[in-house]
Amino acid sequence: MAEENRIQRPLSPFMIGPYYRPQLTSMSSILTRITGNAMIVAVFLIVWWLLALASGPEAFATAEWWITSWVGNLVMFLSLWGIWYHYLAGLRHLIFDAGKGLDIPTAEKLGWICVYGSVVLTILSVIIFWI
Amino acid sequence: MRYLTDRKRAVGKGSAHSGAEHHWHMIVSAVALAFMVPTFLFIFGNALGSGYEAALATFQKPFVAILTGLVLVVGLQHFQKGARIMLEDYTSGSARKLLIMLVIGLCWALTAAGLFALAKIAL
Repeated sequence: MAEENRIQRPLSPFMIGPYYRPQLTSMSSILTRITGNAMIVAVFLIVWWLLALASGPEAFATAEWWITSWVGNLVMFLSLWGIWYHYLAGLRHLIFDAGKGLDIPTAEKLGWICVYGSVVLTILSVIIFWI
Repeated sequence: MRYLTDRKRAVGKGSAHSGAEHHWHMIVSAVALAFMVPTFLFIFGNALGSGYEAALATFQKPFVAILTGLVLVVGLQHFQKGARIMLEDYTSGSARKLLIMLVIGLCWALTAAGLFALAKIAL
């Protein structure tokens, strides 16, 4: 009896998988988590860069070579987009926390703002930093 | 019949035992980071690739050193609490405890290393 009950217990399916259609609200939510947690890579590189800067010209040259190599540039570029996406999604979270923008049209509009806004802010920062 | 007494309901603060403290901390650190991160990105983005002397001169400025220290401390505490939510969602048992400890330790180690570097550069 107990075994049978355990099997029949209702399960809440994960938002990614066969049970839910991918939606802008759920996808932009999981992307917030992914970009936030991925930030640790950029933090590692920035702390390494600061330690190298504190250690002297030789250590600094090694760190800069790696961070501005094509792999380093790619990681930093993706991190830049990641932080801007997480930034906008965080502001959206603050709006949701205030109890505003929770109806579907507004929530979807805010989702698109996060997606397009992060791309625009990334391009703008690249232009400002590299030129 | 309710088994939870009124006192328990008021004092216990739910299954987290700390009420909404974790979430409140995320809100506070998010607002703080919203103000600090764009400025830090601008400073770091310009310093990266500008050469040893120029980078040193930038991070010797008191404003830059204090801002970078704040971004590290507040940012990594925000990260630690955010990563903890992820671990609580996807892991369980001893693995969850060990991973949460690992993230907390990693965040403080990175914070300490970064602050040490800043102190050595700026002082």
